[in-house]
Amino acid sequence: MDNQSILSYTFNVDGNDFSSAGEASVQVKKILRNIGFDAEVIRRVSIAMYEAEINMVIHAGGGVAQLFVHPDKIILVLTDKGPGIADISLAMSEGYSTAPDNIRSLGFGAGMGLPNIKRYSDELDIQSKVGEGTTLTITVKP
Amino acid sequence: MKISEIASLLDAEVLCCKDGVFHQVHSACGSDMMSDVLAYVKDQAVLITGLVNPQVIRTAEMMDMRCIVFVRNKRPSAEMLSLAEETGIVILATQKRMFEACGLLYTNGLAPKEV
Ligand SMILES: Nc1ncnc2c1ncn2[C@@H]1O[C@H](COP(=O)(O)OP(=O)(O)O)[C@@H](O)[C@H]1O
Ligand SMILES: [Mg+2]
Repeated sequence: MDNQSILSYTFNVDGNDFSSAGEASVQVKKILRNIGFDAEVIRRVSIAMYEAEINMVIHAGGGVAQLFVHPDKIILVLTDKGPGIADISLAMSEGYSTAPDNIRSLGFGAGMGLPNIKRYSDELDIQSKVGEGTTLTITVKP
Repeated sequence: MKISEIASLLDAEVLCCKDGVFHQVHSACGSDMMSDVLAYVKDQAVLITGLVNPQVIRTAEMMDMRCIVFVRNKRPSAEMLSLAEETGIVILATQKRMFEACGLLYTNGLAPKEV
């Protein structure tokens, strides 16, 4: 997929089990720690990845997350076959959320996830088609 | 403030990672909304919450927090404790409610922000 990355990892994100949401993010954090990245870089990647993984579970029924480690950047690619996002700029605005009440009672759905991913990343690309799915590509540069 | 002092101020039980209680922490936040913790918290080392699910532990882990205080005598599951154990996050449980727990820690010197 990405020939120039020195390391790549793939994680399946289960969309049926909210309690396991975030397992891939925990793995990503461990890998980056083992590689020896700076704590602040790891934190930025972790938060962006976790928000994106939670979104994949609560809005899209799960999907696949990939981590690519380059010498000069860390790239996360999250792909789902969920409902897609009709209006990406609306979805990016702070406080906008279509999450149902049961998700809010679990502590999520404040509409801050996508803006937060944008804040902690150097680049964020969102490709989405209604009825087909969504791919987020998040780049963080150490 | 040491985490052990938080435990005694709140009359809290240490449920996991007892060896971490001598760590110094300087700031805390209280919230039941993990979305808000992820979006607004910066360097706070302690999370005070009444929400109990595995995402609370993972949120704290992603934010590099050192301690979670469960208020209103909420009890984390064995699964949650083993997640916390893996990362070394100290888990405390107190009978006190959110408002009182936060007030006690605030008046005793824990700050809302890292200085
Ligand atoms: N992977 C996704 N698939 C479909 N819709 C999504 C996805 N990610 C985000 N969205 C949409 O964008 C909105 C805003 O996302 P976000 O900022 O993370 O807030 P929240 O997750 O709290 O609702 C969501 O409520 C949802 O409508
Ligand atoms: Mg979200």
